[in-house]
Amino acid sequence: MASTTAAPGRRVKTRERTPEAAENRLAWKLAGPAVAVMLLVTAWPMLRALYLSLFSYRLTAPDDREWVGLTNYWVVLSDPLWWRAVFVAVFIMVVTVSVELVIGFGFAMVMNSILVARGLVRSSILVPYGIITVVSAYAWLYAFQPTTGFVNQWLHLDPSTTPFDNFWGSIMVICLAEIWKTTPFISLLLLAGLSQVPNDAVEAATVDGATWWQRLYKVILPSMRAAIMVAVLFRALDAYRIFDSPFIMTGFANGTAPPSGLVYNAMIQRVELGLGSAMSVLLFLSVLVVAFGLMKAFRVDLSQVRGE
Amino acid sequence: MSPRRKSRVIWSFVAIVIGLAFAAIGVLAIESPDLWLWLIVGTVFVITGVVGLLIGEAAPQVSMGSVVGAELIVLYTLTPVVYLVSLSLKGGNADVNQGGFLPHDPGFANYETVFQFELFQRALINSTGISIISTTISVVLATFAAYAVARLRFRGKKFVLSIALAIAMFPVVALVGPLFDMWRTLGIYDTWIGLIIPYLSFTLPMSIWVLSAFFREIPWEMEQAAQVDGATSWQAFRKVIVPLAAPGVFTAAIITFFFAWNDFVFGISLSSTTASIPVPASLAFFTGASQFDQPIAAIAAASVVVTVPIFVIVMLFQRKIVAGLTSGAVKG
Repeated sequence: MASTTAAPGRRVKTRERTPEAAENRLAWKLAGPAVAVMLLVTAWPMLRALYLSLFSYRLTAPDDREWVGLTNYWVVLSDPLWWRAVFVAVFIMVVTVSVELVIGFGFAMVMNSILVARGLVRSSILVPYGIITVVSAYAWLYAFQPTTGFVNQWLHLDPSTTPFDNFWGSIMVICLAEIWKTTPFISLLLLAGLSQVPNDAVEAATVDGATWWQRLYKVILPSMRAAIMVAVLFRALDAYRIFDSPFIMTGFANGTAPPSGLVYNAMIQRVELGLGSAMSVLLFLSVLVVAFGLMKAFRVDLSQVRGE
Repeated sequence: MSPRRKSRVIWSFVAIVIGLAFAAIGVLAIESPDLWLWLIVGTVFVITGVVGLLIGEAAPQVSMGSVVGAELIVLYTLTPVVYLVSLSLKGGNADVNQGGFLPHDPGFANYETVFQFELFQRALINSTGISIISTTISVVLATFAAYAVARLRFRGKKFVLSIALAIAMFPVVALVGPLFDMWRTLGIYDTWIGLIIPYLSFTLPMSIWVLSAFFREIPWEMEQAAQVDGATSWQAFRKVIVPLAAPGVFTAAIITFFFAWNDFVFGISLSSTTASIPVPASLAFFTGASQFDQPIAAIAAASVVVTVPIFVIVMLFQRKIVAGLTSGAVKG
């Protein structure tokens, strides 16, 4: 696809009376404010977290602030609670992303081939995408609660049981809510990928007698690789950072707290700024590890996919 | 039989089977009044299948598989939303706690309750204001940046895009602690500005991505062509480029607004009173007459209220949103 959007910069370069230096200055005048704001609202607090993480510092006892070096990191990393949180996030990430890929691909196939009521289907796909995560979490929470929900009644489950009284039940409903909410996003990315599949290659394969499965595995999926990769990367990182649904559904009870939940509890609930900052830094680093791991796994430089 | 015809017949039968299964499960297992829902859904599928078999010949280009798929998609996406609406219409605690999908005693009492609730009124105002302001700021800044990225050649172009990408992947919850601390020192904790600034951290990257993808598609030469034809450069920009760029900017604004309207982490961490609390955070802090009584139906009503704007925007601009989401992420 890179050829259709081939760098407009090259055209600019051949334009007369535009010295490169002037263009460079203009570009930075235009892009500078956005970059400055982005760095200011993320890099600056992050550096501050890095600094605070080296102190034992509770907001309620500011006078006891004391330099402790890397102790906070040691405290977090040696706590099974942290590793459990990482496990929860990775579990949610793996389960939701794989289920979403399958359902999302089905949706994309439907949207790709549908002729009637196209707008209706696309609008309804966008409803879960646009809905507030907290609202979606409430819908699923209430649906599964034995008193208010319909799930127990429809499945004729014992009215005294609720999935929210144990870890696996809670995680299952959290995953369901996440899958429902974010499958549309994946399906739209995959739909864009499907539209890039060369039609003549598919037809040639059909003429050569390839079965549906063969066409899918040999022609369609390989040419959708970039779209699949972007979808997986974005969704996986999103799922790893999960916060809203467990907060609403379980309040992080039953061991369902993901790392972001631990950060929130330490920082905002217990105002342990030193320890919480260490967790923030570790969360940030673990996101980097996940992102780097996924990019390695796909062996693709994301900026190349963007045609830069 | 041609493969097309064969697949239509197969899918028609699939639709009928799905429809009969819904009806059977409804009759055998689902108690009234929810039974009707199952029968209606079942009937829709059966009718689809029968229509496909009988008059499919008349519209051979319509694939039955995609029709059945579309019905399943709509069922999938709307079921939780319809449940929320029906929960919000339930009258009284007895109705809420009887379980089931449909209300026994429907009414709008929950909506009246919600709108009398000051926290919620203020949250609606806060969310609207904060989301619109942060969307405007981020779209304006992103438009400049995206124009530079799409049209100019400069050192550090890759850096700009990489920064946007890195921040889009950033775990925003890692920012709440330091910001909480800094905002209290600066005196902007629990204010609009105290939320607008952090919102920029996720709305800006999003806007830059969507816009730079859009701007790459604009045939910028047309501007020069207009100048050759005698337009001044301002005229050329206003008459040629603005109309071409405006839809992209508008799309970026919608997607950005969704992000800001959806935020929860900053909302519960950096606000505490009606002065700045946004809608998602206010939903989490609803309590009924006593602290232990969660006003479920009222929360459902409030949820429906805050979903209505999303619904309207989606209905009106479905095509634009899809284009923005996909071009921002996949165009290469």
